[in-house]
Amino acid sequence: MAEAEKEKLTIVVFSGELDKALAAFIIATTGASMGMDVTMFFTFWGLNILKKNEGSMGGNGLMKKMLNWMNRGGTKRLKLTHFHMFGLGTAMMKKFMKENHVPSIDEFIKMSKDMGVKMIPCSTTCSVMGIGDGAFREEVGSLAGAAFFLNEARQSKVTLFI
Amino acid sequence: MKADATLDCVGLYCPMPIVKTAQKIKEMKTGEILEVLADDKGIKRDLPAWCQTTGNECLGIEEGGGEIKVYVRKTQK
Repeated sequence: MAEAEKEKLTIVVFSGELDKALAAFIIATTGASMGMDVTMFFTFWGLNILKKNEGSMGGNGLMKKMLNWMNRGGTKRLKLTHFHMFGLGTAMMKKFMKENHVPSIDEFIKMSKDMGVKMIPCSTTCSVMGIGDGAFREEVGSLAGAAFFLNEARQSKVTLFI
Repeated sequence: MKADATLDCVGLYCPMPIVKTAQKIKEMKTGEILEVLADDKGIKRDLPAWCQTTGNECLGIEEGGGEIKVYVRKTQK
C-alpha cells in the first residue's frame, strides 16, 4: 500500500497494567502488520509503560519526586489488573507468556518501533505528574497534546482507548 | 499445494504468526506462494482477515495432526 492510502489506527493507552499494555501492543503490532499506520498516545498511568527501568526518577519539587518514587514505572514494574497477589500472580503470568513464546512488553516496544509504530507521550500528563525529559526510553517519540491525538483520530479508521 | 517458501509459526500465538507473515511476504516476489505452518487455531480466521486487509490472496487452509497450513499468494505490489 502506498503511504498516502495507508489506513490509520490510533490507540490511547491510559492504563499502566501489564495485561492492558499487552492488549494495546498486540493490536498495534498487528495493525502495523496489516499495513496500517499506527500511533499510540500514552497518557496518565500508560506513561509508566514507556518509562526507563533504570535511571533517575526525576520530578521537580519534593511532592513530584515523591509521586515519581511511588509511581516508578518501567516495563519491569507493571502489574496485572487482577491477581497481582504481591507480585506472585504477575510473575506467574510472565512465566506463562515466556513459555508460550509471547513477547514481553520490552520486546513489544522494540518490535513496535521497528515496525514504525509511533509511541507518543502526552505532554500535559507529563507536566502534571512531574515526569521530566529523559524519563522515557529511546523508542519513544516527542511529546504531544490532545490536538495531536484528535488530528490522528480524526483521520483514523480505528481508534481505541485502553 | 506447492509453495515457494514456508514459514514455521508452530508454538507461536497471536500476533506473532501475523507479524512474521507480513515480514516474510515483504521479502517475496508478487505471485509467489507462502505456506504458513501454525498450531494456534486463531490463524484460521486471522490469516484470511490479514489477506483481506492487505490485498493478498488466501488460497486455502489444510489441517491435520494438530498442525494447520495456510497458503497465501502475494498479490499486493
